[in-house]
Amino acid sequence: MDAPVTLITGTRIGIGRHLAEHYLRLGHRVVGCSRTAVDWTREGYKHYRADVADEKAVKAMFSEIRRSYGRLDHLINNAGIASMNHSLLTPTSTVNAILATNVVGTFLLSREAAKLMKQKRYGRIVNFSSVAVPLKLAGEAAYVASKSAVVALTHVLAREFAEYGITVNCLGPGPLATNLIRSVPKQKIDRLLEQQAIPRMGTLDDVANTVDFFLRPESGFVTGQTIYLGGV
Amino acid sequence: MEQAQLKARPGVPGDDVQQVIELIIDNVNQLKDSQGLKVPAELDAATTLFGGDGFLDSMALVTLVVAVEQAVEEKFGTNVSLADPGAMSQEHSPYRTIGALADYAVQRLRAG
Repeated sequence: MDAPVTLITGTRIGIGRHLAEHYLRLGHRVVGCSRTAVDWTREGYKHYRADVADEKAVKAMFSEIRRSYGRLDHLINNAGIASMNHSLLTPTSTVNAILATNVVGTFLLSREAAKLMKQKRYGRIVNFSSVAVPLKLAGEAAYVASKSAVVALTHVLAREFAEYGITVNCLGPGPLATNLIRSVPKQKIDRLLEQQAIPRMGTLDDVANTVDFFLRPESGFVTGQTIYLGGV
Repeated sequence: MEQAQLKARPGVPGDDVQQVIELIIDNVNQLKDSQGLKVPAELDAATTLFGGDGFLDSMALVTLVVAVEQAVEEKFGTNVSLADPGAMSQEHSPYRTIGALADYAVQRLRAG
């Protein structure tokens, strides 16, 4: 069976779930994970309950992927958390949680994926940053720092994994109608959209289209890049 | 009424809550003078600070919370952090009212 195997983190809701369904429709075998159980199921989809920052759980998931599929073609590091808060009112526990999921999680999944991908000398890793990084969004210091680290990881991992035929790229969406921004006041979203070349909310299909480009076999010469949506 | 309720709450010493309420009101008055805030004439535990009909914007809130943090440390001799992940949330912020902030500060004092 030649269908590609695509691992997507954070598939319970939002972008992750949309991408899982998108790649299932395109015939991929999709593996997903989230901290809590999912309330949906599709043929060809396998779900693991794993926190991306939990090394033991992540390694166990990769062992099963290796046993079940013997390969991994694509990793989409979508899982992420945010916290809207002025830095003077942000507890260090929040900072640690954001860094654990967004930075340690991306690092850990990429490391384990590369071990599996290098066996076939082929792989595509797509990370998630945010327009909050180039926009230097006030009120999201910990989140912006974490997503900035994801861009830095993308640059370095692209160089380290190039010799294994693995590309590493990054996508920075603007505001999308997902749970991540449900508590952000409308005024703040409007101000943010005004800073985009195309001042509208992004859609899940805008994200899927960009990930499609990074995953294409023909994109083998594209690595270490970050694409910010909406023209930021 | 609000203060009586706070005093009756188990696990939170009412006297400390009352002292912190007074300390918050002092700091609100200082903030009013320095930042030209439109503050209600009567301030008590039930006064809304942030969200709804609160008189603080997010920057004034940050200033007040940090000032209260320092004032609590001076008064009680204990370093407390009043940072909270729900700070900017309209529904869950521990800074909604003067009473809620006092309650929160005393809980942190006891925990610290």
